[in-house]
Amino acid sequence: MSLAGTIARRTFLIASTAIAGGVAFGVYAVKKPHPNPLLNDLAEGEAAFNPWVKITSHAIILVTPHTDLGQGARSVQAALIAEELDLEWGQFEVSAGEPAAAYYNSALGEENAPYLSTDDSFAASATRTAMAAVFKLLAPQVTGGSSTVPDSFLRLREAGATARETLKKAASRKTGVPAAELSTAAGNVVLPDGSRIPYTELAAEAAKLAPVQGAKLREPNEWRLIGKPMQRLDIVAKSTGALKYGIDLRFDGMVYAAVRTNPRQGGELLSYDAAAAEAMPGVRKVVAVKNGVAVIATSTWRAFKAVDAIECEWGPAPYPAEMRAHWDAVSNSFTEEFLDKVWRDEGDVEAALAGEILEAEYRAPYLAHQPLEPLSAIVKVSDDGVDIWVGHQVPGYAEQRVAAIAGVDVENVHLHNQYVGGSFGHRLEFENVDRAAEIAVQMKGVPVKLTYTREEDFLHDFPRQIAMSRGRGAVKDGRIEALDLSIASVSSSDSQSSRLGQTVPGPDNQIPAGAWTAPYAIPNFRVSAYKTPPLAPTSSWRSVGASTGGFFADCFLDELIHAAGADALEARIAMCKFDVPRKVLEAVGEMSNWGADLGPGRGRGVAYVESFGVPVAEVVDVSVIDDRIRVDRVFVAADVGRIVDPINFDNHVKGAVVWGLGHAINCEITYSDGMAQQTNYHAFEGMRIYNCPEIIVRGLETAEKIRGIGEPPVPPAAPALANAIFAATGKRLREMPFNKFVKFI
Amino acid sequence: MKLTVNGETRTVDAEPDTPLLWALRDDLDLTGTKYGCGIAQCGACTVHLDGQAVRSCQATVALAEGREITTIEGLGGADAPHPVQAAWIEKQVAQCGYCQSGQMMQAAWLLEINPDPSDADIDRAMAGNLCRCGTYPLIREAVKLAAAKMRGA
Ligand code: FES
Ligand code: FES
Repeated sequence: MSLAGTIARRTFLIASTAIAGGVAFGVYAVKKPHPNPLLNDLAEGEAAFNPWVKITSHAIILVTPHTDLGQGARSVQAALIAEELDLEWGQFEVSAGEPAAAYYNSALGEENAPYLSTDDSFAASATRTAMAAVFKLLAPQVTGGSSTVPDSFLRLREAGATARETLKKAASRKTGVPAAELSTAAGNVVLPDGSRIPYTELAAEAAKLAPVQGAKLREPNEWRLIGKPMQRLDIVAKSTGALKYGIDLRFDGMVYAAVRTNPRQGGELLSYDAAAAEAMPGVRKVVAVKNGVAVIATSTWRAFKAVDAIECEWGPAPYPAEMRAHWDAVSNSFTEEFLDKVWRDEGDVEAALAGEILEAEYRAPYLAHQPLEPLSAIVKVSDDGVDIWVGHQVPGYAEQRVAAIAGVDVENVHLHNQYVGGSFGHRLEFENVDRAAEIAVQMKGVPVKLTYTREEDFLHDFPRQIAMSRGRGAVKDGRIEALDLSIASVSSSDSQSSRLGQTVPGPDNQIPAGAWTAPYAIPNFRVSAYKTPPLAPTSSWRSVGASTGGFFADCFLDELIHAAGADALEARIAMCKFDVPRKVLEAVGEMSNWGADLGPGRGRGVAYVESFGVPVAEVVDVSVIDDRIRVDRVFVAADVGRIVDPINFDNHVKGAVVWGLGHAINCEITYSDGMAQQTNYHAFEGMRIYNCPEIIVRGLETAEKIRGIGEPPVPPAAPALANAIFAATGKRLREMPFNKFVKFI
Repeated sequence: MKLTVNGETRTVDAEPDTPLLWALRDDLDLTGTKYGCGIAQCGACTVHLDGQAVRSCQATVALAEGREITTIEGLGGADAPHPVQAAWIEKQVAQCGYCQSGQMMQAAWLLEINPDPSDADIDRAMAGNLCRCGTYPLIREAVKLAAAKMRGA
């Protein structure tokens, strides 16, 4: 995620200063744990062994601080604790917890060091270590960057083991049996004679003890849960309509609000006339918010209708009003002035390109996130503080913003993190939270539920970066001799950090993401990133930079392989420098029976993109039926080192492929008169069930490090499809969405 | 106005042109029915009106008055799930789950009128139900499993 990237880049600056200056920046401070937030409101007789496990006389509560965006985060976090704590499904409650420094993301720092994932040089590992340390000091609690599992895998098992050993010690004190002779099973400490003491009965005793540190973790062959199919904790509620999302909550005395802010994102409200709206049924109040107005009413629908009836005069957009100017700006930024960084430079590219070369230009549009649950937030401002009910990926930051809006101390702001109906990066932004807080301060003592209309949500989505690439290449003797890829893009990281009131100097590693990480040995290989000055504000969109960079790099590579007369998959395998990516490519070849004759009217393409350290290869099969493309099948191989829940893994990969393909086929956000022209799903369809291919997934577990799968299968989907369409039709698609150039079924 | 929802008569405080969706959610706290688009593009708001799957963002309370309304809560619950819900649980279809009430209401209606749908039948009947998380492959499997359950297979 690029918000994560933003924070990580700040981290990198601090970390590199520390390394360069030889400063051992406070080993003590780094080693020292953050305070345990569960101790704040612990009652007599309750034990909180660490920030993740609390046991009372009647309940076992596992805290799962990563936000559940639909990716199953709560289940996976709970499973890691339950594995070591010997809990069965159904024996514990799960809580999102209070935002706290103890829940800082321990994986993002390391992951965002500007080195290739395959780089194990001293500089790379020193920087990773330093970044992890600085990240801990800054302590941001972030869900994103496919980091939930990497962040949790060790920490939460340790948390479970600590609790287990402390409970054993408590049982030992109670019974006189040495702890070494005790074991645990299904929420009980088991005595040598087989009798059992439930954990809940040990809470009071355990509360008196210092948690036992350094407990030994179970060996993989002892795991009961990890690696086995699990039933997600939320699956029954989600399958019966019973799960309450943020948008579903209600409180006594709650009022309903709707907003309308300048559809030219960031533009001002010049004037408004709310007379008609104020006279409408159920309308309680019309109030001003930043760049717009809000209606407070007795129901959501009344608020929607009334806010629509307000006449507003809007100021201009703080970016070019028409789309053409956006493309021109990107196109004009391939110059020395805007060069952000040369990320890879091997061989002598200029010399190698002196002769006959192949050139191509690629484009990727703005794209909205638009998870199916529209933005909403409930805020209640009272005398002693503010409560917020919302699902958010950076809950601590949301609390800080609301504290500033309400003029109260952040200690008195409490965010209750909710289940959400999808995010894809949308809930890294703060529009809904800010607006709800602005309304709630004008309705003191009353809980205000703000719900966005789908149209308002589209208009105020911060889309994916718009980007272009220019590739030059040369082939010789059936091989790629040179590849020079230049990518120009606005910086989503900079856009996001500007909304946080921060500026981050230095290059943005999301511009070349998915391109500079290519695992290939090409004699002359250069990847350069150019940073286009800000246009429309943008944000992290599932897989961020790799969703554009991966498309550019892999498709152009495919063009060169074709020009060299080589086989698309075999050439990639032959050029591959590293074992893990090669195995992934080989796996997808085997799964798809690559090389088999597909018959007439069909085509097949392959793509490989690494993002978030995860190598993913995809093969797409298409048919051409009456001039229309049908996507038949997709084969996916990915290596995350270790799969925690195979069912969720499979489901997640399929969803990411659908996401990647659907948007590549038919989605874009364009601007006219400064406004996004797509304001609902009729104009931004994505994939529907009838154009969804069969998807076959294989998860490999050979990589050394455990990594997340939420985003990495997205980037290869678009290039694999484009390459398949080329194979079937001879037509190269160099711009998304593809339905501008070919028809789909 | 009075509505008959899941077999009960309930009173709602809403203007006659209010979409049924909002009466269900805000007046009756039946929040299993979801708002996704408001313009018949996503299917998240699907309920049954006299046994027929309709988009509750398009049906007004005036239209729904006097008819039998069934929402996801009326289809079945954790203790006694409808075969469609049971199939959704068994296949673990949901990711974020926000679209799934609508998917299940649509699927339940499909299986009422077509107990043994082909892949093409499923694709056609479910075409209006958007899933941003991309659970379509599992939706197909779950519809078939539910069909088998309902046929007593
Ligand atoms: S909310 Fe009714 S179809 Fe989308
Ligand atoms: S499961 Fe998230 S929209 Fe369908």
